[in-house]
Amino acid sequence: MSKTDALDENVIQGEWHVRYNYAVGKVAGHFFAGLKQKKILAAHCSKSGIAYLPPRAYCEKSFEPCDGWKEVGHEGVIEAATIVTAQFENLPPPPYAIAYVKLDGAGTALVNFVRGLDLSDVPAAAAKLKPGTRVKVKFADKPVGRITDFHYELAGKK
Amino acid sequence: MAKHQVAVIGTGQTKFKTHFPDKNYVELTQDAAKLAMDDAGVTPDDIDAIVFSMAPTQFMGVNDCDRWATSHVWGTGKPFMRVHTGGATGGSAFQAGYFHVASGVYRTVLVVGADRVAETPDAQHVLNLIWDRFYEHDFALNTVTMTALAAQRYMHRYGTTEEQFARVVVRSRGNAMGNPYAHLKGKITVDDVMNSPRVSYPYKRFDICPRSSGAAAVVLSNLAVAEEKCTRPAFVNGVSSITHSVFMGDRMGLWSETDFEDHDGFYLAARDCYRQAGITDPVKQIQVAELYDPFSTFQFPQMESLGFCGRGEGASKSDEGAWNLDGEIAVCPSGGTLCTNPIGVTGLVRAIDAANQVMGKSGDIQVKGVKNAVATAIGGSTQFFTCSILGDEPVAGRNA
Repeated sequence: MSKTDALDENVIQGEWHVRYNYAVGKVAGHFFAGLKQKKILAAHCSKSGIAYLPPRAYCEKSFEPCDGWKEVGHEGVIEAATIVTAQFENLPPPPYAIAYVKLDGAGTALVNFVRGLDLSDVPAAAAKLKPGTRVKVKFADKPVGRITDFHYELAGKK
Repeated sequence: MAKHQVAVIGTGQTKFKTHFPDKNYVELTQDAAKLAMDDAGVTPDDIDAIVFSMAPTQFMGVNDCDRWATSHVWGTGKPFMRVHTGGATGGSAFQAGYFHVASGVYRTVLVVGADRVAETPDAQHVLNLIWDRFYEHDFALNTVTMTALAAQRYMHRYGTTEEQFARVVVRSRGNAMGNPYAHLKGKITVDDVMNSPRVSYPYKRFDICPRSSGAAAVVLSNLAVAEEKCTRPAFVNGVSSITHSVFMGDRMGLWSETDFEDHDGFYLAARDCYRQAGITDPVKQIQVAELYDPFSTFQFPQMESLGFCGRGEGASKSDEGAWNLDGEIAVCPSGGTLCTNPIGVTGLVRAIDAANQVMGKSGDIQVKGVKNAVATAIGGSTQFFTCSILGDEPVAGRNA
């Protein structure tokens, strides 16, 4: 959070620049294809009944492969939330709100930003993001098949 | 069951501060190794194997810096391994050293490491990089925001206030005044904490640990070496660790038996550890808890999961003074992780501070009559949990 130290003859400066190409794989690929159609697809295990978001290949409860996909709702409840008011290097300009939300029909909670909320008074905004609060999913007009295709908004907000 | 009783026979730590301009990374590791070996009365020839404690190396900026340190900690010609479980690294390294000795393979083991978290200007940039690029990385997760999420959930569940967390900071900074190695220390007020700039609700700046540089080491041995070298060792009578899924959203009471905000990994880890150490009533049998608490919100759920009070009772226990130096149990007499966080060795410092209390060499922060002390560490996305019990007598007796 502090500024880069001033140039000092007793300090040698360095930076790392490393590039990557992350292979998406079948499970995430299917999930991302769903996002392109504005569908949020959870990986479902018929043995345990759990619908996983993020999706995964194997059920961690039954130790069986997830054997189906289940489209979850575009509304859900906040399980945990925070409001960030400090600038971190390489992260978005503050303020912003982050929440884990259990979407209707999902067995687990999925993280994303909560947008469209006045964050100028942090305790007041925090009071609107308590666990149990209903939120809705808002998709981008033209989703590209990435997790950033959508965000959350308070369900009461039009 | 361990084959051989393990003991801490020597400890060493440097002072911790933001920058160490007069030493480089490996010189720091060497200082800690020398301090611990001198304390134990051993030389490098007595050390059978080395465990190196180091978390992500992007903070200090030399990739896999354990390579750089091998000869500086006198590891040439010996078995050497690095252990890394994020923030829990020091706890895991301590336990790896324990297993080296408990197995009977080695008699005397050095566990050593260092970190320089402030070598890069924003540690949270690095910490954001620990999340996968598919699902979670894009949402500004880092150790501040992920634990703020847990704290908000905890507050909602148990009705805890920001002021109750602030009192933990006041107590910790005050305790650290007696610890010559601590990074942050001093007399502050609840208002000072409450008025520090907001970072990530419920956190203000003073709710958050500093980025520390420094080094730590312990010498572990079997009972025979301990009895030869050390008049008052700290016996490692229990070690346990529990690991969770990386996905915090799996641990929010939905289908899992575990709940994210309760630091519930410690519920399982502590019971395993207590069983090994013969602890049936932690409040009566344990006098010191050196907790991994880089945020003011960590003590309450952790003490609850460790069995020192019921769920949701941590804040009131703290308010009542039960966790003061002269209270029911001394919680982080060193000032804890909230005052000093050299990430790659923080868990090791917890074990050292707990061991020093048992060995009676904690100086101004010595708690009277310490028979047992517990040391913890947490790493990853509140994911890796380690718990260790240090005692003044070997659990199976001296002739076991």
